[in-house]
Amino acid sequence: MSTATESTYRPATKVGRVTDFVDQRVGGSPILREFGRKVFPDHWSFMFGEVALYTFVILLLTGTFLTFFFDPSMAETTYAGSYVPLKGVDMSVAYSSSLNISFDIRGGLFMRQVHHWSALLFVASVAVHMLRVFFTGAFRKPRELNWVVGGTLVILSLAAGFTGYSLPDDLLSGNGLRIIDGVVKSIPIVGSYISFFLFGGEFPGSAIIGRLYVLHILLIPAIILLMIAIHLFMVVVHKHTQYPGPGRNDGNVVGYPLGPVYAAKAGGFFFIVFGVVALMAAAFTINPIWNYGPYDPSPVSAGTQPDWYIGWVDGALRLMPGWLFGFPLEWHIPLPWGVNTLSLNVLLPALVPAGIVFTVLFAYPWIERWITKDDREHHVLDRPRNAPTRTAIGMAGFTFYCVMWAAASSDLVATHFHVSLNDVTYWLRALFFIGPVIAYAVTKRIALALQRKDREIALHGRETGRIVRLPHGEFIEVHAQVDDYKRYKLVGFESPEPLPEIVNSDGKVTQAEKLRARLSRVFFEDRVAPATPAELEASHAHGDHEIAESENLKEVAH
Amino acid sequence: MADHSDGTPAGSHAVARAGRSDVEKFQDPGLAPHRLRLADTDPRAAKRAERQVAILFGVSVVGTLLFFIAYFGVRLDDTIATLRLQNLLLGLGVAFAMLGIGTGIVHWARALMPDHEVSEERHEIRTERDRVAAQRIVEDVLEETGIKRRPLIRNTLIGALALAPLPAIAVFRDLGPLPGNALRHTMWKEGTRLVRDPTGTPIKASDVTIGSAFHVIPDGLNELEHGKLEEKAKAVVLLMRLNPESLNPSPGRENWGYNGIVAYSKICTHVGCPVALYEQQTHHLLCPCHQSTFDLTQECKVIFGPANRPLPQLPIKVDSEGYLVAQSDFHEPVGPSFWERG
Repeated sequence: MSTATESTYRPATKVGRVTDFVDQRVGGSPILREFGRKVFPDHWSFMFGEVALYTFVILLLTGTFLTFFFDPSMAETTYAGSYVPLKGVDMSVAYSSSLNISFDIRGGLFMRQVHHWSALLFVASVAVHMLRVFFTGAFRKPRELNWVVGGTLVILSLAAGFTGYSLPDDLLSGNGLRIIDGVVKSIPIVGSYISFFLFGGEFPGSAIIGRLYVLHILLIPAIILLMIAIHLFMVVVHKHTQYPGPGRNDGNVVGYPLGPVYAAKAGGFFFIVFGVVALMAAAFTINPIWNYGPYDPSPVSAGTQPDWYIGWVDGALRLMPGWLFGFPLEWHIPLPWGVNTLSLNVLLPALVPAGIVFTVLFAYPWIERWITKDDREHHVLDRPRNAPTRTAIGMAGFTFYCVMWAAASSDLVATHFHVSLNDVTYWLRALFFIGPVIAYAVTKRIALALQRKDREIALHGRETGRIVRLPHGEFIEVHAQVDDYKRYKLVGFESPEPLPEIVNSDGKVTQAEKLRARLSRVFFEDRVAPATPAELEASHAHGDHEIAESENLKEVAH
Repeated sequence: MADHSDGTPAGSHAVARAGRSDVEKFQDPGLAPHRLRLADTDPRAAKRAERQVAILFGVSVVGTLLFFIAYFGVRLDDTIATLRLQNLLLGLGVAFAMLGIGTGIVHWARALMPDHEVSEERHEIRTERDRVAAQRIVEDVLEETGIKRRPLIRNTLIGALALAPLPAIAVFRDLGPLPGNALRHTMWKEGTRLVRDPTGTPIKASDVTIGSAFHVIPDGLNELEHGKLEEKAKAVVLLMRLNPESLNPSPGRENWGYNGIVAYSKICTHVGCPVALYEQQTHHLLCPCHQSTFDLTQECKVIFGPANRPLPQLPIKVDSEGYLVAQSDFHEPVGPSFWERG
């Protein structure tokens, strides 16, 4: 090595010497130069993704602790731990070791509760983060692929949650598995085979807990970690999106530098999330498995609920009728080799709603791109009101989900509000179809109304609440003009017009193009244009007596 | 205010053209001027913020101490109350330890660290020069392999790659046995006594009063060495006695009961939950999982909910000692439907 390449830099401090030691060996300085002051936009709604990441870290930490004590065996044992009501009861080793974690290991119950609460919060924050990305249009070019990675993370988080929920082998989770078994058996042709392979024989068998355990602690978290790495890598490549406002455009990124402010806020937030989860685990019992007892195929308690994220699939199962106006939804199909059974009453609700939700979810960036023919990069987010049709579609989907989710608690709704269980189900069945339509219409109108309000404020100022009587007796409310920065936030958006059919190279308008144009009209026909400087000028020049006269007022008063 | 335009296409002449040309748009005024915080101008406020941060970190230390006090101080006995107390104190300790650090750092960042917003340019994800060079490389690499010129290599490779993963699927075959006839049979056979779940005591017909219901398992289930839960998952039965006039047995099933005592599979025909709720007044059976409702007076026909098929009936009779016994196994598979069920 030639002396010319050797560093002449002499670090002055001890920290500097250590850093330099590492840098000379692994070359960290270009990374630090790139990221040390990297700018991150700040907004409260960017927090949800952080919550998801941090709860996942908490899940890894507490989950590792739990694996040291949990035994996923389904072998039969007799409970001899310290929980008196279950002493001498026959149960699986898995359930017994879950009880031991709760009752005989100091801090074990706390770890279980932190793990369960973070799991619930993890799925929730992933879902809310996804809604934030949808409603602000953050999935648009160049972030479509990261949206797909995010959608995959949603599915993985559901899988992680359900496999973990089943591990203690208590009565409640065992019934959950039995429902899964029933759904699996309804799959045409291969259903009963898959069921036997999954459970290692007849339900419940003695294999399923061990198999779910491997999925839960190894395979699924590994894939989630990989997906998170890809997700964050793409965030770095794209740089973060930012909300619209003065000084922000698609060519820049405005915010705080990573070091020190953003790193401190984000790092501090990890401890806050951990603290909040710890507080929940300290004060609120979650999944008290000792109340449920070991799994037994015979008993079941009324009013039991799955973890919240499974609710929508369970709700769909509840909503589907077995008979529709005297028409059976289980078909017995005569085939040359005999009669085969197709249980549409199980198969449809288990597959179709989830299929619709995830298909639309994954495809949506491309659907909107096709309709709008918008091939530009977008780094400035849309305020949801400024994309009324997208916001309406999102709310329709959200309502569709929520109706199914509510249906999973139909029995509790009935008992709490003293209404007929059957009526609750009938109403929810109707809402399943009507709810999204109502949500679409109402949301679109609300978004347009909010846009008009923005125009009003941009042009005529905000209401101050000060009522003034003029010399000739008229009462007016004084409006205060907003400053240029606030106004820009209200007017700095795009309001595209419908894009009519475009003739292709053969001089024809294809059917697909006609459909696209029709959808473009649906998207953009009802629109509110941003206020223009000319309009502001006009409102100042004539007719805007509130503003004009509020200024005269001072002269009158003196 | 008739001259107000609300921005809709119909109501405004200004709107139709809006959003098209930059001339008619408001110009971006640039970043709003930075506003100084109290701590930036008042050294006493800065000092105060510094103290607050230190106090929050102190709270964290107290939280950690609390954890240790709870961990070593509270001795677990066999009561739930002690366990709850320890859980509460451990949790509060961790919560204070974490929230103290978290809120302290965030307060430090917000009150004392520079809060100037910075604007940075976004760079292109990739330059056109890189793209051209990359495309060139891909083309050259493909050319050098000669895969386009040698279809024989390409096609055999595709064939081999398509088949190679099949062993990876086949190797999972031994995850479980084939279903065979397992889903069609239960433990019940002629003469098996109906016994109570879970005690295993046999039931005399005279014990079953009108309106009562019993959770029933086949005699011998509790003594099984292997597969107890699997057999139980299929064989559980609900036994009820109604006024014989309320039952309306179909032809061929008139003698499946005894004096108004009837036995039905407890496994829901929807997805297999135990149909555990019996409404004595209406003679309805309700599945608590998905609310399928079965009418006992119509041979457990589905009258509400997602199930499609009635609960299978277990034919019963009385043996010489007066105990209830099965006449045979169920005449159809119990539980959820499956493709081969027929």
